[in-house]
Amino acid sequence: MMHYFIGDLGHFFVILAFVASLVTVVSYFRATTTTDLEKKGQWLVNGRIGFYIHSASVVGIVVSLFIIISRHYFEYYYAFNYSDRSLPTHYLISTFWNGQEGSFLLWMFWQAALGIVLIQTNRFWEAPVMTVFALVQAFLASMILGVVLPGIDLKIGSSPFILLREVMHDAPVFKMDPEFIPKDGNGLNPLLQNYWMVIHPPTLFLGFAATLVPFSYCIAGLWFKRYREWIRPALPWAIFAAGILGLGILMGGYWAYETLNFGGYWNWDPVENAVYVPWLILVGAVHTMNAYRNSEAALKSSIILIIAVFVLILYSTFLTRSGILGESSVHSFTDLGLSGQLLVYLFFFLIGSVVLAVVRWREIPTSSKEVSFLSREFWIFVGVLVLALMGFQVLMETSKPVFNAISRLFGGAGNRAPRANAVEFYSNVQLWFAVVVAILSAIGQFFWWRKIDATKLRKELVPPMLLALVLFAVVITVGQVYTVKYIVLTLAAVFTVVANGVILASLLKTSPGLSGGAVAHIGMGLMLIGIMASSGYSKVVSLNNTGMLISKELSDEFNRDNLLLFLNEPRTMAGYEIEYMGTRVEPRRKRGYIDRNDILPTPTPGRVVARRDIYYEGKKLFSENEEFEIHPENTFYEIQFRRDGKVEFVQYPRVQANEQMGIVSSPDISRSLTRDLYTYVSVEMPGEARNDWSETEEVRVKIDEPFFVNDYVSTLEGIQRVDEVSGVELTDQDVAVKGKVTIKGERMAYSAEPYFVIKDKMVGRIPDEIPELGVRVSLMSIHPETGDFTLGIATRQKDWVVLKALEKPFINVLWIGTLVLMAGFLIALVRRYREFIKMREKGLE
Amino acid sequence: MKISHILLITAIAAAVGVIIMSAGDTSTYVTFDEALAQAEAGQTHSLHVVGELKKDRTGQVTGIRPGADRVSFSFLMVDENGKEQQVQYNEPMPPDFTKSEKVVVVGRYKDDAFLAEKILLKCPSKYQEPAQLTSGG
Repeated sequence: MMHYFIGDLGHFFVILAFVASLVTVVSYFRATTTTDLEKKGQWLVNGRIGFYIHSASVVGIVVSLFIIISRHYFEYYYAFNYSDRSLPTHYLISTFWNGQEGSFLLWMFWQAALGIVLIQTNRFWEAPVMTVFALVQAFLASMILGVVLPGIDLKIGSSPFILLREVMHDAPVFKMDPEFIPKDGNGLNPLLQNYWMVIHPPTLFLGFAATLVPFSYCIAGLWFKRYREWIRPALPWAIFAAGILGLGILMGGYWAYETLNFGGYWNWDPVENAVYVPWLILVGAVHTMNAYRNSEAALKSSIILIIAVFVLILYSTFLTRSGILGESSVHSFTDLGLSGQLLVYLFFFLIGSVVLAVVRWREIPTSSKEVSFLSREFWIFVGVLVLALMGFQVLMETSKPVFNAISRLFGGAGNRAPRANAVEFYSNVQLWFAVVVAILSAIGQFFWWRKIDATKLRKELVPPMLLALVLFAVVITVGQVYTVKYIVLTLAAVFTVVANGVILASLLKTSPGLSGGAVAHIGMGLMLIGIMASSGYSKVVSLNNTGMLISKELSDEFNRDNLLLFLNEPRTMAGYEIEYMGTRVEPRRKRGYIDRNDILPTPTPGRVVARRDIYYEGKKLFSENEEFEIHPENTFYEIQFRRDGKVEFVQYPRVQANEQMGIVSSPDISRSLTRDLYTYVSVEMPGEARNDWSETEEVRVKIDEPFFVNDYVSTLEGIQRVDEVSGVELTDQDVAVKGKVTIKGERMAYSAEPYFVIKDKMVGRIPDEIPELGVRVSLMSIHPETGDFTLGIATRQKDWVVLKALEKPFINVLWIGTLVLMAGFLIALVRRYREFIKMREKGLE
Repeated sequence: MKISHILLITAIAAAVGVIIMSAGDTSTYVTFDEALAQAEAGQTHSLHVVGELKKDRTGQVTGIRPGADRVSFSFLMVDENGKEQQVQYNEPMPPDFTKSEKVVVVGRYKDDAFLAEKILLKCPSKYQEPAQLTSGG
């Protein structure tokens, strides 16, 4: 039965959310512009009610969509395309943001939540701030409106509540039966079935949403001509946004590190860049907003930067959702036909805010006082300029497809290709910017806290410089850093850690609440050291030390950096003896890895039955004949790492046959304090090679008489009459016997059970394979007169896998630095929030 | 001159530098003929060529030849001018290769064959696969 009601309800909520946001805009706008106090109050109430209705509708949309997904109403496109029956609840939640409509919804949800917080906390700025807020919400709601304007045939938005048959109106099945409902959905991309993918998108979108708050305050300040006052309430939100956005970006990086196999956490992919740039500018804005009280120039730059951040967020939404990046990015969404609408959204706020700023520009207070080299503002400005340039460089490079499109629009060639060596290019340029930022954040802190003059400067800065030099010498020597650019980066990073450490130490004595900046800068310094060590000194350890090429057709580099492992043939790597132990699968709902030989498939895909009791790490997972589910798309290669004959650890790099993305290889990472060992499968044995059998050779043996199969000692242990053979129907007249052949492999004995069947007087043979050994055994004939049996033996190449392994030194310093940075943001946030509360109590905000 | 002016000028100069850096030394999309001409002129940097896989009348991809070990392969690609060219790739075939709508190869000519260092695919879609009604249908 079709469930029309829930979709209609959801769609109703979408329209209600859209209309309510428009009503809110009008009401708050009137409240802002009316001077009559009584009317103003009424409009305020209207606006508030409007926004609450809007927020309730957004929740209504979310709930409706969740009901559709969780109840598996596959008549809806969204449920069909992104979920299936086997998904556990937490991944049902992540199906929400698998599609574009859902990610707009998520964004809208956070902004609705933030809007309510603003209404509750700040009555003073409510009307103008919420006008901007509701306007943005109206634009977002229009993205999922899914309404076709009659007459001009203009589609506005793409609704998450469309039925499958509306998407696939040409599918014959719907022509026969419009009420057709698929039994199961396409499922969530298995690559996204990862805990980071449950929390990374909401964090990132919370960061996106939070940038709207300082933007709204900024616009309100310009509008109200309160050029200074807006900064105070906006600052805690700017810090919050910078912290959350940074956290979201790093979570994405961490997911990539664990899941993708490009060997790192950051790939300068356009989608990553699209968030990195606004984040840099936002961090710059936080700095100028901190400095505004002493400098009018900081006021103007804060306005520019905050507007730039929001416009860049819109621009990045356009980049990733319009399909324009198609050729240059692995994870941009396809075009939903919203490009035009996204452009309107972008240009509306770009032009609107720039025009407002230009109109007001002359009125914004300016100082004619000359900036001094020795003023703290000067150093902050230089730092912010460098941050802006840093972002600008990435922006220019990432926008190439956009420039191409614009050039084509005016009849140009528009054929600039993205750089072939993009990662190297970005990293090299950004590295030098990072050096400057690190040095400035050290010196700037001294100017900020110590109000230094020329003579004091030397006295204050020399001790931390000396300390930094000593530490630097230690790091360079111990870490054997001999590349010039890394030496410079190390020096700058160590300097900022030490200098900010000195500031932090003195702040902790006097006013620990103010230490946010120092802590955040220490975090940044540590991150730079961690990035430099783990990326700059990432080392391939899977060196081919066999003296033989893996394949002469592969590039020299590939042959040098990869290791071919045959099953159960140990090799040495990175000081370990390593051995490929076989392929494993992973059960659903239980942690562990299961040998493929221990299970048999059932007719239901993904369900298997245990052939024997299954243990993992000494714990019993399943009993013999128990049926359970596995993740059929994933294969794990068990690699044992031994030192002096003792197993140190086991890695399970994964290969996923991903329906949407093909074969995806994910690493397994062994972490230790000083380094990560990162291993992934670079070449899998192709399926055809598994079926490339030799001619069958026959051997005539007696029971328990040893013989050789592919050089392995084997015996026919016995033969037994059976009444059932799966897949064959037996009658009273038929005979079936099963042989049991034991083959002693390097590590363990395998058993093969070939069948010999006489059905309707015809002989049938069902061979059995041991894939790991590359052996296939069939029972060819039985010689009752001598008690001999003829076995057919076919062989193929043994199972193999090609691995690549990297060592990432001191990557933990990066993660620790990240946490320290976040702690810094948190301390600063608490401080600014307290200030805001104080001001509000005084009735000033 | 005020310090703030100097600062501003320096920043603008740096921005111009960034633009020049971004515009300079960038590769452009070229055709196989242009790539060949550049290789003959002795240039060795990597070029981007856009095209499609060669398809037969029934729309099946043809001309893919696996290497003897099945880990590297070569294929036929038709660029935007319709020129057909054999492309050698010394690495395993990327996933979804045959499903791609458009292929971008990054590399250069080595003798008669185009040697690709990198292959970028433009697939019908990546995250948003058009639904297929095979399951449960």
